[in-house]
Amino acid sequence: MQVTRFPSRAQGLADRMSGFIGHLRMNGMRVGPQETGDALAALGAVQATDVAQARQALCTLLAGDADDWRRFDELFDAYWFNAGKQRRGLAQDTHVRVQSAKPMIWQGEGPETGDAGTDQTTTPGAGDGEAEGMDGQLIATRTANLSRRDLRELMDEAALKEAEATATAIARAIRDRRSRRRKQALRGPALDMRRIQRASLARGGEPMDLYRRARPPRPMRIVALCDVSGSMTVYSRVFLAFLKGLIGSGTEADAYLFHTRLMRVTDALRDHDTLRAAGRLSLMAEGFGGGTDISGSLESFLTGYGARALNGRTVVVILSDGYCSSDPQALGAVLARIRRKTRRIVWLNPLKGWQDYQPIAAAMQEALPHLDAHLPANTLAALAALEPEFRKL
Amino acid sequence: MTLSDVQSGLAAQGYVADDRLAMALHLAQSLGRPLLLEGPAGVGKTEVAKALAAWRAARLIRLQCYEGLDASHAIYEWNYQRQLLAIRASEAQGGTSEAQLFSDEYLLKRPLLEAISAEEPPVLLIDEIDRADEEFEAFLLEILSDFQITIPELGTIRARARPIVILTANGTRDLSDALRRRCLYSYLDYPSRETEMAILRARMPEVEAALARQIIGVVQALRKEDLEKTPGIAEMLDWAAALSGLGVNDLAKSREEVQATLVCLLKTAADYDAAPPEVMDRLIGKVA
Repeated sequence: MQVTRFPSRAQGLADRMSGFIGHLRMNGMRVGPQETGDALAALGAVQATDVAQARQALCTLLAGDADDWRRFDELFDAYWFNAGKQRRGLAQDTHVRVQSAKPMIWQGEGPETGDAGTDQTTTPGAGDGEAEGMDGQLIATRTANLSRRDLRELMDEAALKEAEATATAIARAIRDRRSRRRKQALRGPALDMRRIQRASLARGGEPMDLYRRARPPRPMRIVALCDVSGSMTVYSRVFLAFLKGLIGSGTEADAYLFHTRLMRVTDALRDHDTLRAAGRLSLMAEGFGGGTDISGSLESFLTGYGARALNGRTVVVILSDGYCSSDPQALGAVLARIRRKTRRIVWLNPLKGWQDYQPIAAAMQEALPHLDAHLPANTLAALAALEPEFRKL
Repeated sequence: MTLSDVQSGLAAQGYVADDRLAMALHLAQSLGRPLLLEGPAGVGKTEVAKALAAWRAARLIRLQCYEGLDASHAIYEWNYQRQLLAIRASEAQGGTSEAQLFSDEYLLKRPLLEAISAEEPPVLLIDEIDRADEEFEAFLLEILSDFQITIPELGTIRARARPIVILTANGTRDLSDALRRRCLYSYLDYPSRETEMAILRARMPEVEAALARQIIGVVQALRKEDLEKTPGIAEMLDWAAALSGLGVNDLAKSREEVQATLVCLLKTAADYDAAPPEVMDRLIGKVA
């Protein structure tokens, strides 16, 4: 049922454009009032009567990243051509059915004609709690926004403090590395004989000025990849708190979540307000609690962020149970490639804490040869106990 | 200027732009906003700026970003040596005014300031912005939104002619929202078969049509294979040049040359293992 509210109250192009901006914002794009003006200016610069040109111009202006860029067409059609999915709201029966929501100048264009609205009876997702109260608004993408879960309920202050302490201890154990070579320094245990010699020339051969050398610190970086799929739900609470602690511990650290796709959460976790950080995180972890694609996620990490995040001084920590729906062989291959770019790979497996656990999951079998350590971790206490293990790496 | 002007202008420089890119460039010029180009390596992001500069007969000012790039390398720096010399010289003549020392004369213009202070609107290319640190993005904000630079000793310098700004990124790091909001955005993907054909024709008209079709077919199929470094347009052009230089007319008939010239396309050892002669045979067999 293609019902919407805007035609009855829209006053003209500017009004409909602000409706479009609101529609994009509701679908997760970061646009505001300023963009409304810019969009109108952009339409002035092109032939706005040509729908393809208008579409491309708005896409160029309003999309902010590659994700927006790919879904813009869908959102555009949803608003201007009523091709979106209607969420059934409370006030639905009082609405008029709109036959020609499409702007007059674009009547001949587009994938659907006016009557397409009548025969498409959309069934709202069963048990869709969000649908209540959102009357008459168009949602273009079916899956986004549905399965967000609030992580705030998973975190409380005390647990976070504890996790932070654990993470700091582990980070310190990993971080404290020194270079093997000495470089000149203001203070240091060794004398820099070469510079002393050279400087003594100015003193007639007397070594008056003493220069020193020290071994500069070479801190290790930590890249943590945390599995937040369905099978890991029980442990997510611990691991997310751990990630938050790791990022806040003053180490150079990078955090990512993955289930069927990967997202970087370092910036969200760096937020000083802990609960707001958790809120931001829950917005990002849409699809939280679904299936897993470990190798695909690691692959996209490697091709995307990996170039910058990985170097010879990086420890990669993967937090996952190793149950994945993708090809196990691919996991071995991608781990081998990550292996070549980093110092160490550590896999923290909550299942390994169980009695009689054998890594028989096919993915784990493939992964094991590429790991430097495969360690148990299912509670904060277990994580804290790992400090000596990390020290050995 | 209209959309088709942009397309034909770039085509005259041997750059084939698809509709979306042409629209982005058209808007960047008519709205006077910077344009952020993202996409995989080797799809011609940097080339856009070069072609645009050549078409508009404008100067191309390029700022290559790297980790640790700071304001004194990107915006401006005082010429300390000259200032010292000036002080010594004027001491000998008795008295100097320090206002002179901080004047235009002693200012070293780095790319961004140069772009702002040019008389004719130049094309400013900020290449691989994601390699620079996040702090550096903050430097850019004033320049990108207001086209002005504030130098504490001199005051604010406004652009005499608005430069056409093009930023490129590979997606190795998330750019800040503040930067994205100030820019128009376009995503360049690997070109479609027809577009790539047009690119090859524009760049190397001497390659025969049959061979060109085979080359494009193999490269397009190779992109679907599981490779570490997917060959871009630049690699495809290199390969075409190598093949035509060797006098190859038909890929299926000169297998040794194909295997020998794969150095142009595949850039890692693992990719070599992923594309052994049998795989190449299969790919060539499909397009021949």
